[in-house]
Amino acid sequence: MSAAATAERFDNHWSYAEEVEVLTFDLNGETFALEAVIVQEILDLLPETAVPGSQPFVASVINFRGKVIPLADLRLAFGMEATEATIDSRFIVIEIDLQGEPTLVGLRTDKVNEVTTLAKTAGEAPPSVGMRWRADYINCLVKRGGEFIILPNLQAIFSSRHDAVGAVS
Amino acid sequence: MSTLDPVAVFRTEAAECLEAIETGLLDLTHQLDNRDLVDAVFRGLHTLKGSGAMFGFEALAAFTHHCETAFDRVRKGEVAATSELVAAVLAAQDHMRALVDQPDADHGDTGHKLLAQLQAAVGAKAAAPATVAAPVREASTKKTRNSWRIRFSLPANSMANGTNPLGLLDELRDLGECTVRADTSAIPPLDGLTPTELYISWDVTLMSEQDRSAIDDVFIFVLDDMELSVEEIDGTVAATAAPAETMPVPAAAASAPPPPVPAAAVPEFRPVEAVPVKREAPAASQAKAAENVRVPAERLDELMDRVGELVIAQSRLSQLASASTDIALRSVSEEIERLSGELRDTMMVLRMVPVATLFSRFRRLVHDLARETGKVIELVTEGESTEVDKTVIERLADPLVHLVRNSIDHGLEVPADRLAAGKAKAGTVTLSARQAGGEVIISIKDDGRGINRERVRAKAESSGLIHPGQPLSDPELLQLIFAPGFSTAAAITNLSGRGVGMDVVKKTVEELRGAIDIVSVPGQGSEVSLRIPLTLAIIDGLLVRVGTGRYVIPLSAVEECLELSLEEDLRSRGRSFISLRDSLVPFLRLRDLFRTGTKPDVHQKVVVISTGTERVGLVVDQIIGDHQTVIKSMSKLHNDVATFSGATILGDGSVALILDVGHLVAAGQQQEAQLRVAG
Repeated sequence: MSAAATAERFDNHWSYAEEVEVLTFDLNGETFALEAVIVQEILDLLPETAVPGSQPFVASVINFRGKVIPLADLRLAFGMEATEATIDSRFIVIEIDLQGEPTLVGLRTDKVNEVTTLAKTAGEAPPSVGMRWRADYINCLVKRGGEFIILPNLQAIFSSRHDAVGAVS
Repeated sequence: MSTLDPVAVFRTEAAECLEAIETGLLDLTHQLDNRDLVDAVFRGLHTLKGSGAMFGFEALAAFTHHCETAFDRVRKGEVAATSELVAAVLAAQDHMRALVDQPDADHGDTGHKLLAQLQAAVGAKAAAPATVAAPVREASTKKTRNSWRIRFSLPANSMANGTNPLGLLDELRDLGECTVRADTSAIPPLDGLTPTELYISWDVTLMSEQDRSAIDDVFIFVLDDMELSVEEIDGTVAATAAPAETMPVPAAAASAPPPPVPAAAVPEFRPVEAVPVKREAPAASQAKAAENVRVPAERLDELMDRVGELVIAQSRLSQLASASTDIALRSVSEEIERLSGELRDTMMVLRMVPVATLFSRFRRLVHDLARETGKVIELVTEGESTEVDKTVIERLADPLVHLVRNSIDHGLEVPADRLAAGKAKAGTVTLSARQAGGEVIISIKDDGRGINRERVRAKAESSGLIHPGQPLSDPELLQLIFAPGFSTAAAITNLSGRGVGMDVVKKTVEELRGAIDIVSVPGQGSEVSLRIPLTLAIIDGLLVRVGTGRYVIPLSAVEECLELSLEEDLRSRGRSFISLRDSLVPFLRLRDLFRTGTKPDVHQKVVVISTGTERVGLVVDQIIGDHQTVIKSMSKLHNDVATFSGATILGDGSVALILDVGHLVAAGQQQEAQLRVAG
C-alpha cells in the first residue's frame, strides 16, 4: 500500500467530522477503537457454533436476537494469537457494509473499555515501517496518553480472505 | 388505500389486464372462431383504454383505441378474426405495455408501424378509425336495447386518488343513450364543504344494446370501494322518468369542471327515493374482488419472520415445560405448540401460488420462438395447479426461460428434419410440475434430437474441462453442460447440446436448495427436471450430533437411519461402504469431515440420505430427533462454506447448522471415485 493511498484513506475516514466518537476495547494487550455509530450492542459471551470448513477468522456463528450472525476474531486478522476467554471477554456486535449489504457481525474482544471522543488532529496514518501488522488493515493510529489506539479498517479486513493467517495461527 | 399511488395501482391493474388480453389472444390463435375469446379480448382492450384515459395515460388510451376498434369489428362480424390480426394485436400489446411503463418516453414510429400492421390485418376498411363512441352508437340504433338504471356513488376521497367521475360518465355515455342525474343531497353547507371531496352520487338511465358486463367494465377499477347498483328496467320506466328530475348531460359538459356543485343548488335536486343503494355486481367479478386481498410480498415475509421466531420460542417453551412437573405449564405449552404449528401451516399456504402463473408466461415465449425459428412447436403444460412458494416461483422464472429456450433452440429440429426422422412435424415441449413429498419437481421435456454427447465431449475437451479421452459416465458427461464457461458465445450456435447459461440455471436452483437431473435419449429428446423444496423458510429436519456440534439434516432427504455396527466400522477402515439391501452405499464420516477432533461414540449411526438418484450415508454420533427448523441464512462471510445451506436456532437458543445434502452427496461421490481409483 502506497503512502499516498494510505493518507487518502486516512483523510476519508476523518473527513466528515473534527471529532469522532469511538468505542475502545482490548485485544491481546492492544487498544482498538471502533466508531460508535456502527456498534449495535455489547454482549456477554454466548454459546458459539463452529462452522466447519470456514476461514478461521470467522470460524463460528452465534444467535443474536434470533438472527444467526458470524463471529469474527480480529486477532487472527492481525496475526495475533487467539487466547482463552476471560471473565472480562465480551462480544461487540457491529453492522458493516459487506458487498453492498448491511451485515451484522460479532467481534471477540478481551475487554470493552469505554466510549470516548477522538480528535481528528490526533490521528496519524500508520507508519510505513515499524509495524507488525498489515498496514491496509489499519485506518489510523491515535495517540492518547502514552499509548496508541488502533482504528482498524474493517472494510479491508472483512473483504479479504484470511486463509494464510489462519494457517499460521 | 389512500396512501397508495393511484398511478401505481393503475399499473398493477393494467398489467393484469394486459396479461388477460395476451392469454385471450394466444387462445384465439388456436380457435379463431371462438366468439367468447373475441369478446374477452375486446373487453380487456376496452377496459385498458377507459382506465388508461382516466388515469391520464392518453397515449395508451389513443393507441389501445385502434386495437379495440379492430376487435369491435370482429365482434360485429364485419371482419373475420385472422391469425394476422391476432399477431398484430399481440405485437401491439407489447407496445401498450411499454406505454403503461413509460407513458412519457418517445416511442417513435413503433406505434404507427403497429397500427399499419393492424390496418393491413383488418383490411382497408379500418383505415379510417372511427371515433370512440361511434361504432357503439351506430349499433345501438339497430339492435335490441336494454335499459338499465345505474346508481353509483364513489368514496369521498376518490378524486384525491385520481378517479375522475366524469370519465366514468363518459364511458357510460359511450355505451348508449344516457340520461344522467346527479344526486347532490349529500353536499354539506358551504362552511362544511371540503373542495377536494366528492359529495355527489349519480343516477343514470342507460339505453344500450350492450350487456351487463359492459357496464361493470366501466367501473372495474373503482369497484372495490364504490357503491354501485345496476338494475334492468323496462323501456317505459326510463321514458316516464320525470323531466324535472332528470338532467341529461350534454357531451359538452364533459369538459366542465367536476363537482363540488355549489351548496345553493341543493334544494333543486331531491333524491328520487330512499332505496338503500347496494353493490350488486355480477357474482363472478364481485366475488373475486371481495375474496382476494392484495398484500405486498414484503409484508408476508415479515409475517413469516415473526412466525419463524414464534416457532423457535415455542420450541424453547416446550423444552422447559417437558423438564417441569407443573401440569398447567405443560398443558399451556402443548396448546401453544399446536397453535404455532397451525399458524406455521397457514402461513405456508399464504405464500403458495399455483405454478400456472409461472407457466402461463411461456406460451408467449414459445409463440415468439416458433415464429423466430420457423419450427412448429406445441407447448403442453401439466400440473399447473401444483402450488409452490411465491419466492421460489419468482426465482425460477429466469432459469425456466433459459431451459425452454434451450429446448426449442437446440433440442427441437426444424420440421423438415423431423419429418425425415419419422417424427411428427410439430415438436412438443412439455412443462410439467408435480409435488413429491416436500419437493416440487418441475420438468421441461422435449421430443427433439437429444443432447449430442460427442459434441459435448469435444467442447469440454477443447475448453480444458476434461482431459482428452478421459472416461466419464453418461450422467457425468451430461453434468458437464452445467460447468461455468462451458457455454461460450462461439459454441452456442453450432452446439446441439444445451450450453446457454446452464451454469446460471444450476446456481439458481442450488440457491433454492434444489437439484437438477437431466435425462437425454439421442434422437428422442431430453428432459431436465428441477427438484425444488416447497418452501424456503421452514423445513422439517433431523437433528443429529457429531462430536460436540449439532446439525440438521433436511428430513425430505433422509431415507433411513441405521446403526453402524462395530464390525462394519472396523471393516470400513479400508473402504467407506455399507451394504444396504444388496446395494453398496458409500458413506461419509462427518466427524472426519468436520474435524471435530473427538472420539467416535460407541454406537454410531448412519443416516442414509438421497437426492433422488444418489444415496450416501452420513455417519453421526447420535440422532437426537425431529426438529422443526426455521431456516436462517448465513452471512456472506460464510459464502465459501458449501457444506451448509443455512442455520437454525435450537430450543436452547444455540445455533445448529443445516447440512446441504446436495453438496454432501457430491463430496461422497468424489470420495468414492477416489477410492475406486486407488483401487
